[in-house]
Amino acid sequence: MTTEAEFYQRDRDRHPPAYTPGYKTSVARSPRYSLISLENSVGDITGPVFGHDDIDPSDNDLIYNYADAGQSAIGERIILHGRVLDENARPVPNTLVEIWQANAGGRYRHKKDTYIAPIDPHFGGCGRTMTDAAGYYYFRTVKPGAYPWRNHVNNWRPAHIHLSIFGTGFAQRLITQCYFEGDPLIPLCPIIQTVPDQGAVAQLTAALDLNASIPLDTIAYKFDIVLRGRRSTLFENRLEGN
Amino acid sequence: MAQSLDYLKETPSQTAGPYVHIGLAPGAAGFDIYKSELGWDIAGPNAAGERIRVEGLVIDGTGSPVKDVMLEVWQANAAGHYAHPEGGGEVEEGFRGWGRVITDFETGQWGFDTVKPGPTPGRNRTIQAPHLNLWIVARGINVGLNTRMYFADEAAVNATDPVLNIIEWENRRATLIAERTLRDGVPVYRFDIRLQGDDETVFFDI
Repeated sequence: MTTEAEFYQRDRDRHPPAYTPGYKTSVARSPRYSLISLENSVGDITGPVFGHDDIDPSDNDLIYNYADAGQSAIGERIILHGRVLDENARPVPNTLVEIWQANAGGRYRHKKDTYIAPIDPHFGGCGRTMTDAAGYYYFRTVKPGAYPWRNHVNNWRPAHIHLSIFGTGFAQRLITQCYFEGDPLIPLCPIIQTVPDQGAVAQLTAALDLNASIPLDTIAYKFDIVLRGRRSTLFENRLEGN
Repeated sequence: MAQSLDYLKETPSQTAGPYVHIGLAPGAAGFDIYKSELGWDIAGPNAAGERIRVEGLVIDGTGSPVKDVMLEVWQANAAGHYAHPEGGGEVEEGFRGWGRVITDFETGQWGFDTVKPGPTPGRNRTIQAPHLNLWIVARGINVGLNTRMYFADEAAVNATDPVLNIIEWENRRATLIAERTLRDGVPVYRFDIRLQGDDETVFFDI
């Protein structure tokens, strides 16, 4: 019987560096010194635990979770689904997945968003769910619209959904964004261009999944999420010492 | 050529963006959707130990406060236990030890109430001084930043903390230590986080 030790070192070559001048906001918000590398200790291999009491079952249905009775959000109806796995390809069960997004017109329900596209009165733009025992999650929502943002003046964000994932240890904490297969704005986006590895960009792009689509109702995209994996302690070097 | 290792690769990070509040603190974005937002009560009503407040700013490289940050806190209770199966022991009912904090849109001020954590075991039978684990995300931050807040009134145990001592530049260790004052009898710790520039906060690759 083996027990688990620290998480695998994060592969910083697949993540964006802090300083990415093409994404202008990063310039003044990026640390200039190197990160100090630490071996995991107890506060890193542990993380908050959530239960089904923390959320409502309907929190994962963005078409209806903010709509008045008898109403629904406007836009292309989609299912976003997939599994949360670790780098050992094991499912991460019972972990919290939270999402947020613009509406079908590319407008966020946020007091700081002033884009001309209208607010949809029946769309909030956030959802949350827990993965099941197999690490599986799903949301129903509308496909978000592209929208302009002030970086260069003619920059447009591709359609995207933001995701926040916990895992079992605070060292796995991750926020990312999911893009949609075939979107011509993907290679032009300065935020996506912060990712140095094209394979990593593909990992951020959800695949059209007709098998999971509901005929005559809702189209599906599949987006698997991979969190850091943990090493097994085969012989030695437990966190607390030997 | 050799056999291929069949590990998966971690999903890359992307910035939380300016509208992180919609997903993780919708009340701050300006609407009410969930029965309860997560992370507002870190310690719960039953936690033992000293009740404290922690406040500060996140400051960018121009010296300006960053006004669209979300911070998460992860901490042990006063006995040094994390609320997790591998956390070292029992915690009080209602103690989660995790919280979310957002900065004020106008001033950039953030703050939260919690209990002061106890010391925790470090690697190789060392003792870690009491500290809060912090994770910082915002527009312009491509990968969430991990840091720690230590307590100025724990000077003796701070001096032997294995993580503080790994920081080669002794003058930079001070960026992780919050000063303590009293306000209406409540201890208040001030912790400004400098993303860049003079006195840049130490950030960790955990």
